[in-house]
Order: sequence, then C-alpha cells, then structure tokens
Amino acid sequence: MLRHHPFLVELLTLVGLVLAPFVLGWIGASPDTVNRVLVWGLFGIGFDILFGFTGLLSFGQSAFFGTGGFFAAYILTRLGFPSVVLALVLGMVVAAVVGYLIGLIALRRTGIYFAMITVAIAEVFYFVEFNPLAEWTGGENGLPGVPTPHFHLGSLDLDFSTGWSLYQFFAVCYFIGIVVALRIVRSPVGAIFRAIRENPLRASAVGHNIHGYKLTAFVVAAAYAGFAGGMLGVLQAFMPPDAFTFGTSGQLVMQAAIGGTGTLFGPLLGAAVWLFLQDFLQSSTGLGAAWKLVLGIIFVVLVCGLRRGLIGGLDDLWGLLTGCKAKRAAAAAQAAAAPPAAAVPVATTPAAVAATPRAPAPQEPAGIILEASGLSKRYGGIVANSDIDFSVRQGELRGIIGPNGAGKSTFFKMLTCEVKPSSGKIVFDGRDITGMAVADVCQLGLTKSYQINQLFNRLTVRENLTIAALAALRGRFRLDLFRSLKRIPGLTEQVDHTLELVNLTQRPDTPVAELAYGEKRRLEVGLALATRPSLLLLDEPLAGMSPTERAETVQLLKSIGQGRTLVVIDHDMDSLFELAGQVTVLQEGKVLVEGTPEQIKSNTLVQDAYLGGVHGTLAHA
Amino acid sequence: MVNWANFLSQMFNGLVLGALLALISSGLTIIYGTLGVLNLAHGAMFMLGGYAGYVAFSYTGSFPLAVVVGTLFVMLVGVLMERGIIRYFYNRPAEDQILVTFGLGIVFVEAVRFFFGSLSKSVPPPPGLVGITNLGFMVYPTYRLALFGIVAVALLVLYLVLYRTKLGMIVRAGIEDPVMVGSLGINVYRVFMLVFGIGAAAAGFAGIVNAPVVSLAPDVGEPILVQTFVVVVIGGVGSFPGAVLGGLIAGEIISITSMFNPGYAYVMLFVAMTLVLVLRPYGLLGSASRE
Repeated sequence: MLRHHPFLVELLTLVGLVLAPFVLGWIGASPDTVNRVLVWGLFGIGFDILFGFTGLLSFGQSAFFGTGGFFAAYILTRLGFPSVVLALVLGMVVAAVVGYLIGLIALRRTGIYFAMITVAIAEVFYFVEFNPLAEWTGGENGLPGVPTPHFHLGSLDLDFSTGWSLYQFFAVCYFIGIVVALRIVRSPVGAIFRAIRENPLRASAVGHNIHGYKLTAFVVAAAYAGFAGGMLGVLQAFMPPDAFTFGTSGQLVMQAAIGGTGTLFGPLLGAAVWLFLQDFLQSSTGLGAAWKLVLGIIFVVLVCGLRRGLIGGLDDLWGLLTGCKAKRAAAAAQAAAAPPAAAVPVATTPAAVAATPRAPAPQEPAGIILEASGLSKRYGGIVANSDIDFSVRQGELRGIIGPNGAGKSTFFKMLTCEVKPSSGKIVFDGRDITGMAVADVCQLGLTKSYQINQLFNRLTVRENLTIAALAALRGRFRLDLFRSLKRIPGLTEQVDHTLELVNLTQRPDTPVAELAYGEKRRLEVGLALATRPSLLLLDEPLAGMSPTERAETVQLLKSIGQGRTLVVIDHDMDSLFELAGQVTVLQEGKVLVEGTPEQIKSNTLVQDAYLGGVHGTLAHA
Repeated sequence: MVNWANFLSQMFNGLVLGALLALISSGLTIIYGTLGVLNLAHGAMFMLGGYAGYVAFSYTGSFPLAVVVGTLFVMLVGVLMERGIIRYFYNRPAEDQILVTFGLGIVFVEAVRFFFGSLSKSVPPPPGLVGITNLGFMVYPTYRLALFGIVAVALLVLYLVLYRTKLGMIVRAGIEDPVMVGSLGINVYRVFMLVFGIGAAAAGFAGIVNAPVVSLAPDVGEPILVQTFVVVVIGGVGSFPGAVLGGLIAGEIISITSMFNPGYAYVMLFVAMTLVLVLRPYGLLGSASRE
C-alpha cells in the first residue's frame, strides 16, 4: 500500500518529524526523552539493516556506538575540534572502519556463533575503554563537556543547544539517516541482504559473494551506530562509558524486537515504547528500579506472542480489519486451483529462449562444455563417488539415472563446487573449476536447481527471480548501495522472461510461502534459469509431482533445453527417456553405463541394477 | 616484578577459574548440542544459584545445604523454563530463541535486583575451609583450594552422567544427530527437559560454590556469560571435552594476563578466540556436523 508513490515513506517521515514536537510537546513529553528516542532510533536503523534485513543478530553494537561516540567526544573536548557535525561524521567513519575489521573476524561464522562472538567483542571494547585507553576516554568518568552544534550562516546564528532546539538538529540527522537507509534497502544490495536472510546457501549458489554483502551490512550498521554514539554525547553534554556496555547492545536488540524488525522504523517505535515507559514507570508509578523488570517481562511476552514486533502486530491487525489478507489468500487459492493451461505457450517461443544463455556457444556446436575426470568423494570410510569420468557436449540434454544411494546428488554437488571432491578434476568451458567457490562457478555459467527447494521463502516470486537475475547482471559483488533496482538495465526483461519460461506470469507478487508445491518446483528451476546459465544441472525436477504436473514440467524442460545444455537427474525414467538424448547410469558411486535411451532400456546391467537380479529369482519361481 | 610464588598462585587461580568456566560452559554446550538452543540466560542461572544458596544459608547456616538448595533451585528453574517457554521455540528461528532467553535472563537479574537490591551479598566459606593453607612452595586460600576439588568432582559427575548413563548416551547421540535419535522411538521431549535442567544446574552449582570467593550481585552472571561464550567458541560447540579444555585455557589466559595488567585480560581472551576462529573455525574439539 505504501508502494504507490516512490517517496511516500520519506514524505510521511518528514511530516512526522515536523509534527512531533507539537504533538508530543502538547501531551507533555519531555524533549530530552524525544531526543533520546531519535538517538536510539537512528542507532536502530543500522541494526535493522543488519538483523532485520540481512538476518545477522549482533549483540555487539555497543562497540561501534561507543567507538563513534568517544572518537567524536574526544576530538571535540580534548582537541578543540571546531565542528560538531564534522566530528559526528568522523566518529561514524572511525566506527565503520572498526566495524570492517571486526566484521572480518565475527563473520567467519554465522548463527549462534556470530551472536556469541559479537558479545565477546563488545565486552573487549568495554574493557579496553576502561583500562588501556583510559587516558583518552576518561575511563569510568567518561568525557564531560561535549558541545552542542551551532552554525554561522552569514548573519544567521543557529544554535541547537537543548530541548526542542536540539531536537531540530537530531530530527535532521534522523531524516537523512532514514532516507539513506531506504535507498540502501531498495537497492540491489538491499535485495541481496534479504536473500541472505532468507537462504544464504541459495544466495551464494545463484552467484552472489555473500560474505562481501554480509560485511557490507555489518559496516553500514557500525556506521549508524558510530553516528548515534556521537549524538548521545551531544545530547548529554557528556560521553558516558556505559555506552560500551553489553547492556547498551541488549537494549538495542530489545527495542528493535519490541518495535519489529525489517521495516527500519521498528527500532524507533521500540525506543519510544521503551524510553517513555521507563520515564512513566520511574516517575509516575513509584516502581523505581523495577522498571527494567517490567520492561523485561513485556519483552519476553512480545517475543513469545508477537513474532514481528509491534509493527508486525499492527500490520496483521490492519490486514484483519480491512480483509486484505483474506482477499489475497482467496486469490491465491483461485490461482492455484485454476488449471495451468499456459504450460504450453512457453514452447512456442523457442527463438526468444535460445537467445538467453550467457555464453552463446563460441565453439562448434559439438564442443565439450563440461568434463569431469577421475572424480571421487569419500566421507570417512564411505565412498559416495569413485573415479567418475563424465563429459557433456554443448547443447546436449543429458539424463542421469541410478538407484537411491547411487551418488547422483553428491556428483552434482561436486560439479557445482558445493562439495569439494576428494580427488579428480572438473573442467567447465575450458577452465579448471575444481575447488572454486559456488558463487564463482555460477558466475561462469554453471548452476543447478535443487532436489529440495531452496527458495527465498518470505519474498515474492518476482523478488526471488530478481535476486538470481541480479547475480547475472551485476557480477558476484558490487557496492551499488544507492542505485534503484529499476535502474538496472535488462533486469525487468530478464525477470519477466524467466517468469514466462517457468510459467509463473500470473503470480509474480505472491510470496513463495503461499505457492502451491508444483509452482515452487518451477520457481526452483526459474531461480537457476534467471542466472542465465550455459550449463544447467537439474536435480530431480519432477520429484513429488503429480502425473499431470510431470507432463507439464517435461514440456517446460524441453523448451528450456533449446539453446541450453542441460543435465537432469530423475527417478521418473519414462519422462527422462522422453527428454534426454543420452543417459548416464550411476550405480554405487560409479558410472555403470552410458548410451541412448534405447540402449539403456535394453541393457541387462541396468536391469540388474534396478531389479537386483530379480529375473533370476523369478526364473526359479 | 614477577616472582615465582606470585606466578604459581596466579597459575592456580587460573586453574580454579578455568575449572569453574569448564563446568558452566559444559552446561551451556550440552543444552545447545541437544536442544539446539543457545541459552543467553545461562549467566543468570549462575547468579540465581548463588542467590538461592545465599537464602538457604541465611536460614540454616549450613554451607553444604546451601549448595544443594542452590543447585536444585536452578535445576527447577531450568525445567520450568523449558516446559513453560523454551519448548514453544524449538520450531522457531534461532534468533527468536536467542531473543527469548536473553529476555528471560534480564527478567531473572532484575527480579533478583528487585527482591535483594543491588548491594552485594556474601556467603562465608564453610568453617573448616577458612583461612590459608601453606603448600610448601606457596600459601593459598584454603577455600579456593577446596573449590578446585569441588568443581573437579562436579565435572567428574557430569562426565559420568554423560558417558556412563543411558541418558548421557542419548544426549551425546542427540548432539551428533538429533533427527536420528528422534526417530529411534526415544521420548526426546523428556530428555530435552532433563538436559535443560542439568545444564542449568551446572551453572547454578558453580554460582553457589563460587559465592564465598566473589561476593554476589545481581549482574554477577554477565561477565561469566561472556567468558562462557569464549570458552565454547574456543572448545567447539557441543563438545564436553572442548568445554573443559576451553575453560582451562580461558581461565589461565585471564589469570596470567591479570598478573601483568587486568585491563588486557579480555583483549588476550579475544586474541585467543580469534586465533582459534582463523585456524580451527569449529573450535579446538568441535566439528562442523554438530552445528
């Protein structure tokens, strides 16, 4: 609903910030608390980009809050630096640099490890501030005497000293902060942040250097924290050492979770709830020190009950009241129920299809595109693949069959470099790719669709395909933080084209979680296709489908196969024999036999492999 | 500046702290390994053990009873926490689990602050263990000496539970492959409850036996939680031997660095953690499959 006007959110924020002093002043809010909310709100924007958008839960943001704050306070109070604004910016830069260095270490691991490491790092900063750096930071006394900003514009003398006048300065800072953050989350980088949150494995498999993007999010969060830290010093005219405590990081996390993550505004709302409630509990109810107990209980209840915080709760309530959700669900059900009659048209545009692949076959048509030699994989004592020689010609549609446990999926994983082979070599398009990163292999034009769907579940179909297409259009890493997605040439066309290819044109704006199984399966193939591979591996694309869906998907694969090289694993032999020109049979990790479908059907070795020599027993009976 | 007696006694301090950290970290690591939940309230469990023991001590005057009450109380809190809240989070993202345990930790700390105030409380060591002991090569506080023995015994008990009982076997199997254990017809939910109780009890026990050494305050668990994290990162998640090894390493690093300059203790701990992360990302005795 907020997508109608490109700058509606910015405009509403501006109006809100302008009206806030009047409304809040009228109800008797203290400007000091309002200013504090802005500091925490701005601090939280960076945290939301890190946690809400990229999915990295850090308990160490106090390190950057304190670093930025103390750097700004130090140059202002001890070095007599003239400009408060510049000091804040410098504090932000220093925090970002420190964030980069810390990110290099903390991002070596994800999930709970990341959370634990960030906790430990923040604690180190606290102790360093207190002891080795006490001479510069004032130790437990902090740095008093931080000035407030004042500007001389010609004859105009602007002084933002206290209360609502300082609010004006903070409001401008917050507004710039939110505008920048909105640009970031609407940029290609923002889309990839979400992809990392939803499914880091797939984000990397479609060709993005996710480590680089995670580090970017970490640095952005550190920069916001650093600037906000400086603001805290200005607000209090004193830089307190407790900015560095674990409590600061914890408060930020709690405020963000209370307000709701993934919207950029959650932390502001959370901070407002937190700080006003704190004021109220302390002054009006005489609870004194128990305010934090009450807030802690509220937090636990919210985490248990409202998964998406207050903003999420309000959103759900809005949906319930307007019936918006119900309508959408009904539309989804209808679309799912409607027979996908459009499955055939894709086959009618072979010319367009043929034009898509990234590497339009410079060699002669019969050139070898992939060659694996002596490929083996051992897991301890278990041999998954042993000594496989396998080659695929340009433009071929190859099938791979084999009983369960034959090592088909492991073989695919080695080809896409998800799994490192124990020995052997893989040459793709004339280049040795053995041991390369998955993202790099995908960038070269080799990718696969997964046996078990690996989608970006909370994003829409279009967003899913956009993420994959971005990898093809922008390369593995690019810092176009402020570019609009609409400004990327060819993106819309490629996404629309892929939607057509996998027959999802009717449901581009449906979240993946609401798709029917067959549709998810097609999107799975679509994600791989949108990266414009010159060689596409499909791991059991027909798995779990109904007979009708199978027939449609076979048609789909046929049309995709035009102009591309495809290798397909499946258990559905009838479909595979219909599709493939050549079939390779794997058994117990080895290549059993290779040949045309007819040869395979009549091969006694293959019959033995599948029927386990049953005809022998049958003969006895 | 550094003399041998001082160095030895710091080494021994490190051993005592290390053993204590090993015990607390074992609790954290078996909970994570079995249930997949990182308990950020683990530091609060340590604190609760101390306070529960303190209450028991102020009514009875008996230190052994204080230890028993402290341990059992925290075990009960752990079990109630698992039954009442944590079990509803098994199917939710790891981030939600972290948030809820973090929140519970704050609630525990603030509740204790509400009832007991922020001022620190102390529990004296039991009568026979007051004063100092002359070991020949150094003199050392008797209770600290005893503390090492007490914690070592506790670690041994935990080891026996993990490696010599049926429950321990299930727990260790669950750490390696939770899906497989679930499909063997074992009532994993009862096991989860017990593991959470035992893991919490380990922290609670450490909290009360440590109370005569360091006075009690509501936020006494916070640095312990941080140190425990470092121990687990160094030792490897889900590994009991890793927790013991990591605990001893961390304890020695903190003690020996403190001898020169306490301000650098955490810096050195951090350096050690970074080295492990770079050289052995899954921890000294951890493995990728356990995560």
